[in-house]
Order: sequence, then C-alpha cells, then structure tokens
Amino acid sequence: MEPRVIPNKQEWSWRGFVLQWEWLLVVLILIVFALNASLSEFFLDYGNLRDATMGFLDKAFIVLPMVFIILMGDIDISVASIVALSSVTMADLYSHGMPMEWAMMVCLAVGTACGWINGMLIVKFKELSSVIVTLATMIIYRGIAYILLEDQAAGKFPKWFKFLGWDYVGNIPFILLVFAVFAVAFGWLLHKTAFGRKVYAIGNNATASRYSGVEVDRIKVVVFTLAGFMSAVTALFLTARMGSSRPNIATGYELEVIAMVVLGGVSTAGGKGRMIGAILAVFLIGYLRYGLGLINVSAQSLLIILGLLLIFAVAIPRLKLLRSPVRKA
Amino acid sequence: MKKKHGVIGLIAVMMLTLLAACGKSGNSEGGASPSQAAVSESPSASASASSSESPSGNGGGAKKKFAIIFKNTGNPYGEKMMEGFKKAIEEVGGEAILKAPDQPTAEAQIQMIEELISQKVDSIAIAANDPDALQPALEKAMNAGIKVLSLDSAVNAASRLVHVNQADPERIGRTLIQGVSEMIGGEGEIAILSATSQATNQNTWIEWMKKELEDPKYSKIKLVKVAYGDDLRDKSVSETEALLKSYPNLKGIIAPTTVGIAAAGKVLTDKGLKGKVQLTGLGLPSEMAEYIESGVCQWMYLWNPIDVGYLSGYVADGLVKGTLTGKVGEKITAGTLGEKVVVQDGDGTQIMLGDPFKFDASNITEWKSVY
Repeated sequence: MEPRVIPNKQEWSWRGFVLQWEWLLVVLILIVFALNASLSEFFLDYGNLRDATMGFLDKAFIVLPMVFIILMGDIDISVASIVALSSVTMADLYSHGMPMEWAMMVCLAVGTACGWINGMLIVKFKELSSVIVTLATMIIYRGIAYILLEDQAAGKFPKWFKFLGWDYVGNIPFILLVFAVFAVAFGWLLHKTAFGRKVYAIGNNATASRYSGVEVDRIKVVVFTLAGFMSAVTALFLTARMGSSRPNIATGYELEVIAMVVLGGVSTAGGKGRMIGAILAVFLIGYLRYGLGLINVSAQSLLIILGLLLIFAVAIPRLKLLRSPVRKA
Repeated sequence: MKKKHGVIGLIAVMMLTLLAACGKSGNSEGGASPSQAAVSESPSASASASSSESPSGNGGGAKKKFAIIFKNTGNPYGEKMMEGFKKAIEEVGGEAILKAPDQPTAEAQIQMIEELISQKVDSIAIAANDPDALQPALEKAMNAGIKVLSLDSAVNAASRLVHVNQADPERIGRTLIQGVSEMIGGEGEIAILSATSQATNQNTWIEWMKKELEDPKYSKIKLVKVAYGDDLRDKSVSETEALLKSYPNLKGIIAPTTVGIAAAGKVLTDKGLKGKVQLTGLGLPSEMAEYIESGVCQWMYLWNPIDVGYLSGYVADGLVKGTLTGKVGEKITAGTLGEKVVVQDGDGTQIMLGDPFKFDASNITEWKSVY
C-alpha cells in the first residue's frame, strides 16, 4: 500500500485560487457595498466609512486569537467578560489615583492573566470542554467586574486617552493602523511559523499531535493567553471610545466575535480556515451593520439578517460536500 | 464546478432580496410615509453619492430629520415615548427617525449616534443608557452641527443642549395633595409612605406637598407622618401596617414611589380597608391595575411617556430652528402641551413636562399593558 502523502504546501492552481472561501466573502462585501450605496446616499463617503470602521474595529482584535482557538477545535466565550474586567479594573484604579499609563498596563496585565487562567484550566481539566471552562470564567470575570464597580460607571479619563478611540493619524483612524499591525502579526504567526502549523495539527487531531511530539498543552495555554491579551487591547480601545467604563461593557461581544470567525470560513470542528477569511468577515459584518443602520433598519431585523448570514456561512460548506463527494480523491 | 458557482450565485441573489426586503421594512418602521419618500428618492441621488454634503443639511426645501434613540428595543414605555416624538415631528413637518439598540448598552447607542451623524440628521434626542459614556459621541454630533437633547434619562450637561424631564417636582407634590384631598373630602389625617429618607426625588416632592398643605383650604387635613419603606416591598408593607395601627383615624396615604404604592395597595386590600383609607401616589399602571380596578386606589399619577416624547419633538424642532438654544428662561410652545420654560438643572438646563398624568378606572385597562 502506498503511503498517502500530504503535501506541505498545496499546489497552486487557478481552480483552487478562484474557489477559495475568501472570494465569496469579497463578493459579499462588494454586494453589501453596492446595496448600501444604492439604499443610502450617505454610505459611499470616505469620512463616513472611515468613522464607521472606527466603530466596529474594537472587537476585531479578539477575532485574531479567536481564529487560533477555533482552529484548535476549542472555543472561548469568556472574552467579553475579560474585556469588562480589564476595562473596569483600569477605570477603577484610575479613579483611585493611579496614573493612566500604569492603569493601562494593569488593564493589559489583567486581560493576559485572565486568558492564562482559562488556558491553564483547560489544560489541567482535560475532561472539561473549553465551552464549560470559559462559561464558568465568563461568569466569574463579569462577577468580579460587578463587585469592583457595583453597577456604577467609572471614568473621567484624561483627554489624551480619547485619542485611542476617536482620533486619526493623518486621515486614517488610529485603531485601524493598530489593527493592521496586529492582523499582520497574527497572520504571520498562523501561516508562516511552526507554531501556526502546530495549531492546525492540534485542530485536525489533538491526540495524534501529542504523540507526534507537539506540545499541545503549552500551545493551548499560549493561545488562550493571547486571547486574554487581545481582549484587554479591545478593552483599551472600547473604553477610550466610551469615555467611561461600567461592568456591563462589551455585553454580547463573544458571540459577535465567534460569528465573525465562523463566517470567515474557520470550521468549528477545527483545523480548517484562514486568518484572511476572518478579517474579511469583520469588515463584511461591520459594513453590513453600518449600512443597515444608515437606512434605520430596526435592531431586531438587523439581528435576523446577521443570523441568516451566519446560517449561510455554516451551511454552504455542507452543500459543497454533499454535491461533490469526489473532493477528497 | 458549475454547481459551486451556482451556489455562490444563489447566495448573492438571496442576499439581494434579503437586503431589499429589509430596506423596505426599515422605512415603514422608520417614520411612515415621509421617510419612505425620502429613501425611495435616494437611489437616483446615489449616482452623485460622493457629493453627499449637498442636500439635506442646508435647509432649502428638504425635510429636516429628527432622530430619537431610546435605551433598547422591546420596551413598551420607550415605544410610547417614540410614538409621541414622531407625532410632534409630523406636526412640525419633519421626518422622524426612531432607533433603539437590541442591547441596553452605551456602546450600542454610540454606534447609532455615528450612523445618525453620517446621515446628517438635524437633531438627536436620546434616552441615555449611561450619562457620561456618550459624551465623546454626542460632542462629535454637536460639532457636526447636530442639535442634541436628552429625554427621560439625562446625559451629562456637557453632552446636551437641554434635557426634557418627565415631570415638574412642584406639580407632582401639589397634584398629589389635591388628589388626596378630593378623595377624603377635604378633611382628616393623612400620611406619606416614601422611599428612603435620602431619596432626592421623593424629598423634593414631599417638600412641595407640605407647601401645598399650607393653603388654608386644607386646614382640616393633617399630615401625621412621613414613613419610609426604603423602596423595599416587605419594608413598605410593614410600614403601611404600622401607620394603620398607630393612626386608627387615618383617612389617606400618599405613596410617591412605585414600590410603596403597590405595597400599600396590597395591605389595604388584605385588611379590607377599601373605601375607609384612600390611597394615591405615583405608580406603574401594570402593578396598580388590580387596585385601581377594585377601587382600593381610585386614581394615581405618573408621567405620560407619550407626552415626554411629544415635548422632546417640539424641543428638538425649536433647537433646529434656532428659536431655542437651551438657555435658562427661554420659552417654547409645544403643540397641544402649551408653553414650556427652560430652567436650571445642576450644570445644565432642562424643560419640565409639567403635570403628572392621572390613571383611573377609565384608562387603566388601556395603560396596564403598556408599562
């Protein structure tokens, strides 16, 4: 029997190139642009698009590590609570007299620590799935945030802090530049390093990876810690945008983030998907929401549309498999 | 491979129909006929979309656009408020845009403010989910020339031109005394069941009640006690029971708090004191319906959310026209509500709705399902 050879790199072909999931997203983005532009005269305006981008990019920071997590076949639903806890800690410390720079450092540290705790729990208690572990920490982190601020808001940050959420470098939103840097870094980590290959390997078969000498536990801890760190980055930008923090900040972000990753073509079964897809999905959902907001679609209808979009995203790969079972051969 | 292209095509078509469909539904919700006209014109205008500064903003013949953002969707109280706002805006010939996020959070409201800035609306009225968090967004709106006001739940003074307050404390206090006096026939002992002893709202109202009682026509009415139920159901119940025990001749109870009035209603019902001890105050129609229907509480008061929205609509119009800038002492004529004056409120200014709204057996069935 011939041993099956799995090529390190897939061969480039026109067919493969054209039929990538990401093109579908590009097409969808173009459709969204065309429709929005025809429905609202205000959509195709550089200033408006730029400001809309500032509005939805805050959660995009979490999308980057979430791609890693879902690629490994795991999930992290505590990210929004980490955002809340790190943001509330920062606001609380600042209002108790800590200099803002230090408070921001603490914010990042708290997020990173929360992520590390998630990772350690998942690695130590292998019989528990990551959904259960992060469900528990989701409640705990949000709970601590409520204990710290007791349903009050804290804020009155220095003027310069607003820069993160509201200002431009040249004519480009600061948040977009930061996101671009992080996106390139995470894309490189996933697609160009051994670390990234191991993430894919774990997603395809964690047990086999373990026996092949992949340090599964270490990688999981690193990835979850990264998710915690990026949640804290989101917390910085979101808090700067809000001008104050309260324990219910970022409610529902975890689901939006996961939706973006899944729409980006990352399989929840693990092992399949690419960074660029998730990033495209961020912009797709962002501009779709903004465009629908411009024509004042009610919040309920908007949720239904996003839900339908997600179902399409999950259903289409299945359709493909059903119709062309020859793919694997 | 054709199949796959087919699938993609299929999705594209589905997306198109979907979006077209929601475009329509958005219009009909957004503000009936006027907005439909406005939006259906836009495709033709979009040919020159890049020059989007041109139309609406500079007056001309175009309709002014007035937006209102409530705290979240699915809140009947908020929907009544938006209904009133829309009515006022239609009366002044503007286009009303009604918005509310799916989550009652400030970040969702910030996003909506951004969308409204992009649409170059003329005015934004907001019932805030957070008094401070909206400041950067609302300042951006004001810098873009949009007139910002808050209603129901205020934003801080720096984020608004003026706030529309539900009810005037003086009117609440005086009306409650007038009401109880009518119920008990102008003579007898009365007591007040309040919230906590430090509650600012209640204390202001009680001050005004006492001032109203100084009027000689109430000489036969005696206020025997102000009790504090701390806005806790069980404490309010036991305080009511204590009042009834200590003052056997008590003729009336005023509870200027929704928790207190419901607790008192329960006690009076359980003890069979209907008709012997009268009850009025500020209550939620949904909680008080059974006591009003049974006659334990003949009538009570609260503000009318429709009027709060309606007044805000006229205030928004005044701000846009420039007849109102939000300075103390300015006056505005708000449709059927008549003339209102801008007064000081902490660092900022506000406009009071005025008389609290009366709920009795004739209208409670209609309102109990509202809020």
